[in-house]
Amino acid sequence: MTALLPVFVLLTSFLPAVITFFLDQESHRLRNALSLGGAVFKVALIVAMLFAVERGASYETEIPLAPGLVLLLRIDALALLFVSLSAVLWLLTTIYAIAYFGSKPELSRFFGFFSLCVAATTGIALSGSLISFFIFFELLTLSTWPLVAHKQDEASLRAARRYLLYALPCSAALLWAIVWLESSTGPVLFTEPPDLDGLDPASLRVIFALFILGVGMKAALVPLHGWLPAAMAAPAPVSALLHAVAVVKAGAFGVIRVIYDVFGVERVADLGVGMPLAALASATIIWGSLRAIQQDGIKTRLAYSTVSQVSYIVLGAALASPFGVIGGLAHLVHQGLMKITLFFCAGIYDERAGVRTVAGLNGLGPRMPWTSTCFSLGALGMIGLPPLAGFVSKIYLGLGALQGGAPWVLPVLGASTLLNAAYFLPLLYRLWFREPAADAKGDEKVPALVGPAVIAALAAIGAGALAASPVSPLGWATLIAERGEMR
Amino acid sequence: MSFLVALLVLPLAGALAIVALPGQAGRAAAFSAIAATAAAAVALAASVSSQGVLRLEVGGWAPPLGIALAADGLGVTLIVMTATVMAGVSLVARGTFAPELAGDRAAFGFWPLMLLLWSALNVVFLSRDLFNLYVGIELLSLAAIGLVAIDGKAAALAAAIRYIVFALAGSLLYLAGVVLIYASHGTLDIDLVAVRTPSAPDGLALALMTAGLMAKTALFPFHVWLPPAHAGAPAPASALLSGLVPKASFVILMRLWFDAMPDRASDGPLVLIALLGTAAVIWGSLAALAQERLKLIVAYSTVAQIGYLFLVFPLAGGTSAGLPWAAGAWTGAVFLALSHGLAKAGMFLAVGHCMAAAGGDRLSAVRGLAKVMPMTAFAFALSAVTLVGLPPSGGFTGKYLVMTAAFASGQWLWALVIAVGGLLAAAYLYRPLAMLFGRGAGASPVPPSRARQAVPLLLAGASVALGIASAGAYGILEIGRPPAAEEGL
Repeated sequence: MTALLPVFVLLTSFLPAVITFFLDQESHRLRNALSLGGAVFKVALIVAMLFAVERGASYETEIPLAPGLVLLLRIDALALLFVSLSAVLWLLTTIYAIAYFGSKPELSRFFGFFSLCVAATTGIALSGSLISFFIFFELLTLSTWPLVAHKQDEASLRAARRYLLYALPCSAALLWAIVWLESSTGPVLFTEPPDLDGLDPASLRVIFALFILGVGMKAALVPLHGWLPAAMAAPAPVSALLHAVAVVKAGAFGVIRVIYDVFGVERVADLGVGMPLAALASATIIWGSLRAIQQDGIKTRLAYSTVSQVSYIVLGAALASPFGVIGGLAHLVHQGLMKITLFFCAGIYDERAGVRTVAGLNGLGPRMPWTSTCFSLGALGMIGLPPLAGFVSKIYLGLGALQGGAPWVLPVLGASTLLNAAYFLPLLYRLWFREPAADAKGDEKVPALVGPAVIAALAAIGAGALAASPVSPLGWATLIAERGEMR
Repeated sequence: MSFLVALLVLPLAGALAIVALPGQAGRAAAFSAIAATAAAAVALAASVSSQGVLRLEVGGWAPPLGIALAADGLGVTLIVMTATVMAGVSLVARGTFAPELAGDRAAFGFWPLMLLLWSALNVVFLSRDLFNLYVGIELLSLAAIGLVAIDGKAAALAAAIRYIVFALAGSLLYLAGVVLIYASHGTLDIDLVAVRTPSAPDGLALALMTAGLMAKTALFPFHVWLPPAHAGAPAPASALLSGLVPKASFVILMRLWFDAMPDRASDGPLVLIALLGTAAVIWGSLAALAQERLKLIVAYSTVAQIGYLFLVFPLAGGTSAGLPWAAGAWTGAVFLALSHGLAKAGMFLAVGHCMAAAGGDRLSAVRGLAKVMPMTAFAFALSAVTLVGLPPSGGFTGKYLVMTAAFASGQWLWALVIAVGGLLAAAYLYRPLAMLFGRGAGASPVPPSRARQAVPLLLAGASVALGIASAGAYGILEIGRPPAAEEGL
């Protein structure tokens, strides 16, 4: 029974996806019940597993495909960190999306692909072998495309095309890297370090670069980030999915897997590829922030902010020091919670007040207090105000930089904090201190939209304030690091 | 054993029945033959997977006096794939070629030709005799040419005539090779040829046969007959022509180079063959990118996909034979052939549905069709997943196996061909997909019934299932593998 647990976790998203595709537009109740039921069931399963895994349990399912192709699903602490994030946010986003779309057309297609995306993300998290990771990574690419194109207008289709234009060549690079590596080492399992001695250092460096090209595109590493701001043409729940639940997180998670479970920290240090990656991540952090300041649209500003923030995770992983890893892993969760809050709020501003630009936010605070409070909390957390979640991540990353012998990261973190403030504080100022425009309207009488935002904001506060507790993201990240799941 | 005979005889009996019996009785007989042949295919695969290679010496005469038939892993997987495609196509064609819908000629001609084609394919997949293979492939070409011309339109006839020229030239070259072999060794049985005392004309014979089979497989630069022929035929016929027919001559090529004369496989010619495959991948994809008609895009895609198959020769033959990666390359190529057959048949049937609804196959005409016929659009998309080689489809399994072999043997150029080919496939399939899923259908199209729309979806689903269940297919393919492809990584 427990041997099939990983498969059950996968099915909680996969089955609703498959059934939803065959539902009529009008079967709202059944469709919502499927999505919500799957999400609730999944969260319940995960809570149960959190306790078991904390006591040291792990679960594994192996499905052999052709020789060399082993589909291995494995639940351990690291997998669970990512799965719990995506499962909880999936539940919140589903509630939000049901209210957001109301009775707009093509809902079965939307929720079908939405659940499929989550199933793919779950698969990425649970993958115990390199090839399983690739299979689900590609499934994610494919199931995201129809979501970005969902509105089917010119802008969405262009954004969707751009997404594929980035994604497919990068996945070819990833496959190239995997095949190159595995033709020498045999199938790579994340639990056993592969023997890399059969390849010379130069080849290994190229393979590492190809891996980073493959997974870094989804993590929106500069210069592979162009698709992410363009994808803002999609509806708000899709943005939540791209930025918090699934896509960029899958990329960042992939970087962690490549560094720790494919190459191993020591090999990465021997090859001298860790620091260049840390430098690239730092460049992305600064560049994303600089670009964010220039954006007038709320969603595009948030998108560039994601470009910058996700690279914190990559930076933490690349520093390869214990504190750096813990900070990066914790930020995987922290950034998800804060960014989804911001996107939920941006969607509410758009839907309820018709506001899409920064200038439109003037005076909305008192008019939409719940939304604006959540938005402000998310923004302050991103800047890194104690005791919010972002503060904890930055402290650990800073410590990790010193520990990893890369003090030059500290000014990067400092500059990034200032830049974060430079693009978020004007929004808060406009929300709370500016006079509203004469024709301004807007209300927030939709609990199903505001509720998820409030819960996500509370979670972001909790993650920061209760960081010392073992069940917080930071506590769990520490557990992962101590267990040596990150070699 | 009797299944083996049934696979050859039943389709022929069905073809005769539909010609000889009047109206409904003939159709009923033909459909019984289709169902029975499909069942025999599955039964044969089951007995091969439990008992190993099944051999039948016709009339009890052992070669070199008689001729032998044998069902090995390669043969039965292709037979099952063929049966799946045939079953799907006949379900769709039941509507297209109902007497009241199509012209009498097409409705009358389609069924016997299809059954004849089926019988010929089974002959090729089961024969162990070079002349018997010739008979099979000749029968196959005749049936295929008939299917191309079935509409009777001027363009279709022109395409059919061009096809005849290539097919006949191919047959003559192959036959010349067969004659050379018989003259020097006195046998045409593949297993006996394999243990012959090598003689001087062997190389020439192999070259002649290879050139002839390349023309029949439409390998670049012999591909020029394929796009007009496949695009000109009615959709169910195109599904058979594109999905199944090229696989027959490819299987004979594999049997020649890996079973009959592996000793003659030197690296030079093998690399040349793979280079032609590379050119096919590049040229077919670029040509597909330039097309404005849906059926031509899909037809040129076949030219490109055939190219991949030929990468197997330097990876599993010559100095690679018997080395650890050869098994992966050989099996990977068969996976590519199987998944292409299923996916391409599904795609052509989906295109047929689109044409029926939109009244044409210009790209602009199918805009927005996904809204009215989501199942068909989804079938097209799922087939595209296999053709691009994305996981977890059979196309991915094939590409992964071949790519790993390419890296392991240090011939990474062939891996590059596969990677670039996948990207090009994504590019040329993106345009029709974006059109299908775009907004704004023209006049209100009338979609085919849901049951008929389900058929291409099932075929495309089968090509994906092949990837998920690849362990089973791999196991069957290990039965009776040529020694060249015996070792595994």
